[in-house]
Amino acid sequence: MMAGDEKPRAPRWTLWLPLALFGLFVVLVVVGLVRPKDTTIESHMIGKPLPVFALRAAADGRPGVATTDLATGKPQLLNIFASWCIPCRAEAPVLGELAAKGVVINGIAIRDRREDLATFLKDLGNPYQRIGADDVSSVQLAIGSAGVPETFVIDGKGVIRYQHIGDIRPDQIPLILQKLKEAEQ
Amino acid sequence: MLAEIGLGALWLAASLAGLQLLAGSFGLTKGGEGLAGIVRPVAIMQGVLVALAFAALIMVFVTTDLSVKLVAENSHSAKPLIYKIAGAWGNHEGSMLLWVTVMGLAGAFVALVERRLPENTMLATLAGQAFVSLGFYAFLLFASNPFVRMSPVPDEGAGLNPLLQDPGLAFHPPTLYVGYVGLSIAFSFAIGALVTRQVGPDFARAMRPWVLGAWVFLTMGITAGSYWAYYVLGWGGWWFWDPVENASLMPWLAATALLHSCGVLAARNALRAWTVMLGVVAFSMSMVGTFLVRSGILTSVHAFAVDPKRGSFILILLAIYIGGALTLFALRAATVTEGERFAITSREGALVFNNVMLSSILGITLLGTLYPLVTEAMGLKVSVGPPYFNPTSALFAMPMFVVLMVGPLLRWRRDRMARVGWVVALPLGLTLAGVVVGYAMGVRHVLPLLALAIAPGVVVASVLPLRGRNLLRAPLSLWGMVVAHLGLGVALFGMGCDSAFTAERLVALRVGEQSQVGPWSVRLDSVSPVAGPNWTAMEGVLKVRYANGAAQTITPHSRSFWVPPQTMAVSALLTRWNGQLYTVLGEETDGKVGTGRWQLRLWWKPFVPMIWLGGLLVALGGALALLSRVMQDLKRRTARTKGDERRARVAQLEQA
Repeated sequence: MMAGDEKPRAPRWTLWLPLALFGLFVVLVVVGLVRPKDTTIESHMIGKPLPVFALRAAADGRPGVATTDLATGKPQLLNIFASWCIPCRAEAPVLGELAAKGVVINGIAIRDRREDLATFLKDLGNPYQRIGADDVSSVQLAIGSAGVPETFVIDGKGVIRYQHIGDIRPDQIPLILQKLKEAEQ
Repeated sequence: MLAEIGLGALWLAASLAGLQLLAGSFGLTKGGEGLAGIVRPVAIMQGVLVALAFAALIMVFVTTDLSVKLVAENSHSAKPLIYKIAGAWGNHEGSMLLWVTVMGLAGAFVALVERRLPENTMLATLAGQAFVSLGFYAFLLFASNPFVRMSPVPDEGAGLNPLLQDPGLAFHPPTLYVGYVGLSIAFSFAIGALVTRQVGPDFARAMRPWVLGAWVFLTMGITAGSYWAYYVLGWGGWWFWDPVENASLMPWLAATALLHSCGVLAARNALRAWTVMLGVVAFSMSMVGTFLVRSGILTSVHAFAVDPKRGSFILILLAIYIGGALTLFALRAATVTEGERFAITSREGALVFNNVMLSSILGITLLGTLYPLVTEAMGLKVSVGPPYFNPTSALFAMPMFVVLMVGPLLRWRRDRMARVGWVVALPLGLTLAGVVVGYAMGVRHVLPLLALAIAPGVVVASVLPLRGRNLLRAPLSLWGMVVAHLGLGVALFGMGCDSAFTAERLVALRVGEQSQVGPWSVRLDSVSPVAGPNWTAMEGVLKVRYANGAAQTITPHSRSFWVPPQTMAVSALLTRWNGQLYTVLGEETDGKVGTGRWQLRLWWKPFVPMIWLGGLLVALGGALALLSRVMQDLKRRTARTKGDERRARVAQLEQA
């Protein structure tokens, strides 16, 4: 269909559309800039394999943690914690309960001192099979964790399946068990 | 002293930009014509001065003048020279100076060579360019001064992020910036044309080489960035839909659409308002991308230069420039008619389809990038990744590729499918056959299957416009299109192969042990310490064999940098014609050196280098097209000069 000499013209309001969309964008980012930043950020790593790392042992009697230790065919937990972290103290008995249910828990101690950690484990129990020392938070950052405590569900192939931000509360034990079960598939 | 010279040059350049804006604007008014003559020389001088400032910054980095704060914070005397130079733009302040340098030089270049447009449009264009530059000069001088001194002078610098100490990355930012900021020329042309209401084929022909040039650099920058992410980050992936990557993809999509609509405007005087809008949008996307990355408003896996306070400054600049340009567009575009009409089955029709699809991909990319912000405003945290981007972008890209097989064969204005029917049957048939073959080969996921099926069709279709032509005499611009489209097909094939056929293996090997990945057998021969200029590393020596071929040696590193202290895995790659073996050495799992097991991550990626080869072909196609346009322009100019000379001689003879 050709209209020959007749020049088509877009309706006038459509010309304002790009400006309106840009206005929306500005409003959105102003809101984003003004609002105080919440620093707990969901990891981009979910569904991705663990980064390659190997941490030395952080406590006597438990070996360190390496990527290969976490790809054993069975889902495991990877708990990011520290003796100086108060919520971690609250979380310790819950982890003990999970360990009692047969869950394999690996710990990564963030910027910790050996003697502080030993006291922490002695006082609150040691649910961990392995504990690695991450003295500069490099592994913590690499797996996309922003704070302590955080717990990752790792499936049998070493792929991160779930990230739990903050301490695991007693009523969240079924949730964690559920996530471990899902990671088996 | 050098730092002060740089700062002085920067202030002078900024004042000249102010003068350029004033003279350009008054030059357009009645009675201000006298000022018009100084606009071009001022623009050129501004470019020279800002380039001088940038050279001064490079010099303070090369000499590691630690009294300059930026050097102390980002460099180190023990760094190889190339990274000292690259360090100049591997930080926020330096990269912003690079930004205004490219803007200034591009403006100077336009002022120097562009003679095609009416002079008042040029005045408006150069004034527009100066207006945008001014904002970035202000940002640089008031919020990100790269030349600040510090006292006391530290003994040694803090070093450069080891991830950035890579030869590929040294030249990646300047390439990308030439692309981003080169688009400012299109932006200024669009403003100039809107101000003087002169949008037509001449405007498109004048703008096209600038867009092409910026686009070629952008394409190379994105290709290089993707390869850098692939081999430096050690994840074996080549595109992560990270905000930083999206920030470079969005201007590229807009510029690609702009190139194609420029073609329509230049050849057929159609799509006028649309082309002008794309001119505004392309550079706006560069600015939006920079803002998103720099403000830290989005959390990116690889944001190297983030500062929320500076974000507000850039946002104000965005609001002024993009808001202003779009308001001007809304006010003036109504007086710019859409131009000539055409049938759906025509070259224009196919190009409009291309534009709609590219704009849609741009839209969904922008939406996906901003979506976390939207939900965060509602108190919900999400992260948008490949599961969203891959299918949604493919939804628009795949039909675009199918139309690409047909479009270049169609005639302008109006055509019949029956005329090209038999020719396009070949690529379309290949595509259908590709689906069947791919499925038979066990590819079950939709996207890789589609990519693998469409790629051969695109490759074949891309060379069809050359059929029946004398290859040596075919116009260079046609070759440009052919090569660029061919590159797209090649890249698509690489992407399809990578996601369909990659084999991955994570193993822990003792020295002497062997493993298998795809057709490769890999034996860990030894792990020993080696030292570089500013790092030490554990070097794994791997003996690898393809099928039962001869053994080859590759050496992945686990590298420790001293300043700043950081460990980084340096992958080792082995490229064959049919793919790449990708190896990463991790840490020792336990025990003492020599007895422990070493973590190795192994990938066999069939045909993966095609992705970047394709990207380079696309850029080469753009370069050919650019060369062709520039040559045409020069020819036209010499012809005109000769004509003028002849007329002058005739006039002389008549007088005599």
